[in-house]
Amino acid sequence: MFFTKLKRVIRYGFLNFWRNAFISATSVLVMVITLLFIGSIIFISAILAASLDGVRTQVDLSVTFIPEAPNIEILALKEELEARPDVASVMYSSREEVLSEFRERHAGDRIILQTMEELGRNPLGANLTIQAYNPESYQDIAAFLEPEMALGGGENIIYRINFRDNELAISRLTSLIGAVERFGLVLTVALAFVSVLITFNTVRLIIYTAREEIAVMRLVGASTRYIRGPFVISGVLYGVIAALITLAVFYPMTYWLGELTENFFIGLNVFNYYLENFLQIFLLTVLSGVFIGGISSYMAVKRYLKI
Amino acid sequence: MIYFEEVSKMYPDESLALDGVTFSVEPNEFISVVGHSGAGKTTLLKMIVAEEYPTSGSVLVSSEEVHKLKGEAINRLRRRIGIIFQDFRLLSHKTVYENVAFAMEVAGRTEEEIHSDVPHALELVGITRKMWNFPNELSGGEQQRVAIARAIVNQPEIVIADEPTGNLDPENTYDIVQILKRINNLETTVIIATHNTGVVEALNNRVVVLDSGKVVRDTKCPNLIV
Repeated sequence: MFFTKLKRVIRYGFLNFWRNAFISATSVLVMVITLLFIGSIIFISAILAASLDGVRTQVDLSVTFIPEAPNIEILALKEELEARPDVASVMYSSREEVLSEFRERHAGDRIILQTMEELGRNPLGANLTIQAYNPESYQDIAAFLEPEMALGGGENIIYRINFRDNELAISRLTSLIGAVERFGLVLTVALAFVSVLITFNTVRLIIYTAREEIAVMRLVGASTRYIRGPFVISGVLYGVIAALITLAVFYPMTYWLGELTENFFIGLNVFNYYLENFLQIFLLTVLSGVFIGGISSYMAVKRYLKI
Repeated sequence: MIYFEEVSKMYPDESLALDGVTFSVEPNEFISVVGHSGAGKTTLLKMIVAEEYPTSGSVLVSSEEVHKLKGEAINRLRRRIGIIFQDFRLLSHKTVYENVAFAMEVAGRTEEEIHSDVPHALELVGITRKMWNFPNELSGGEQQRVAIARAIVNQPEIVIADEPTGNLDPENTYDIVQILKRINNLETTVIIATHNTGVVEALNNRVVVLDSGKVVRDTKCPNLIV
């Protein structure tokens, strides 16, 4: 009997959906808007994360050593830095590499090149380029590199730490990134909440129009589950169809925005992101639709069952 | 079969709908509850299916105290009683067939039983040819026939009808009264609430008169003037 009833509930769920075509179309439309919004949050988060990562990799700390600094001490310092948990990478450039890079950079500037020739020796020191996992760590790393700390009060081999030059910019960028992350999170949660409320109220209105029928079903002896079932099935159907429409809309939308996001934000093409993460986005959109539609119907019917 | 024992009902606005009502209905009886609008007829019928709860007193159906039933027990009671409303109250998105079948489905009947009994019930009320129409495609009289078919399809012990002819013309009123008589002849207890004296006279059965929530007369006399 359970399966017979289940079959009937599912059948009536589909029939209600089909026979209330206009109402169903309205609910699907409202839910498409909600799911478009929820889906957009995924893309916005991805763009934001990629941009922040991009900005973070742009920031580094460069240590220039005096030309006389012994290589062995520089490499020892490199190892020490690599052992730190907040350091992502340390790149060593030898004096020769720094010189050839300098020459390349000033290839068109004859005066500078001539001056270098006249000097007859390499006046540039070796270099370490440090990248941290988090921009907030540069302050600590710079403090660690203070010559007396690094070398235990020995001879000062560091000519310049260029973090000091960018300190203000880095500190501002760090707090900006933090603020953007917090604002993004709060906005996402608030807007998602509002959109779910709108969908919930739409479904509630639809079920309000069926309240007298629910009362009649009650009076002919229908059980709570038997009355509620078809409404929940219809709600789930709204969600599934809305999710499929949303996924279809995302295709041209992300295609159109793909190049724009790739150029404007640091390297993320939303179209490629959509295709690469389609399965996750598909599941998230469909499950959101099913959950919102099903739960809205379930809760909305409850109110009219008290007979 | 049905017993009302000192049943009173006061609504939250302090209006007294029933005031110490006591009477009983025997199996297979056909009883008309009459009275002016607001006399308490509808409240009395609602008590039988636990749609309303008494402020004091008790209602028993087949020895079960209706208002002590909970959850699924109430559903089971309602499946044993067919209800007919003045405004038909059909399920608008279901066909005539599905409206009648719905009552059997909730009672847990099989598809085979439904396929066999629904056309039979529709035939009994004379609406077979509109089996696949939706309620909004039917006249008032036709809709009430469907509502009666829904009420009787599970072969209930009791059928209660609240002003079943209230929205109908004289011709349809006559037909509905005849159908209710036929149902009663099939050994079903029928309780009808009406303020139509023509219906009461045509039925020629026991009459309970309500006035301001009290039973003021209970008689077998058919020629009662309300």
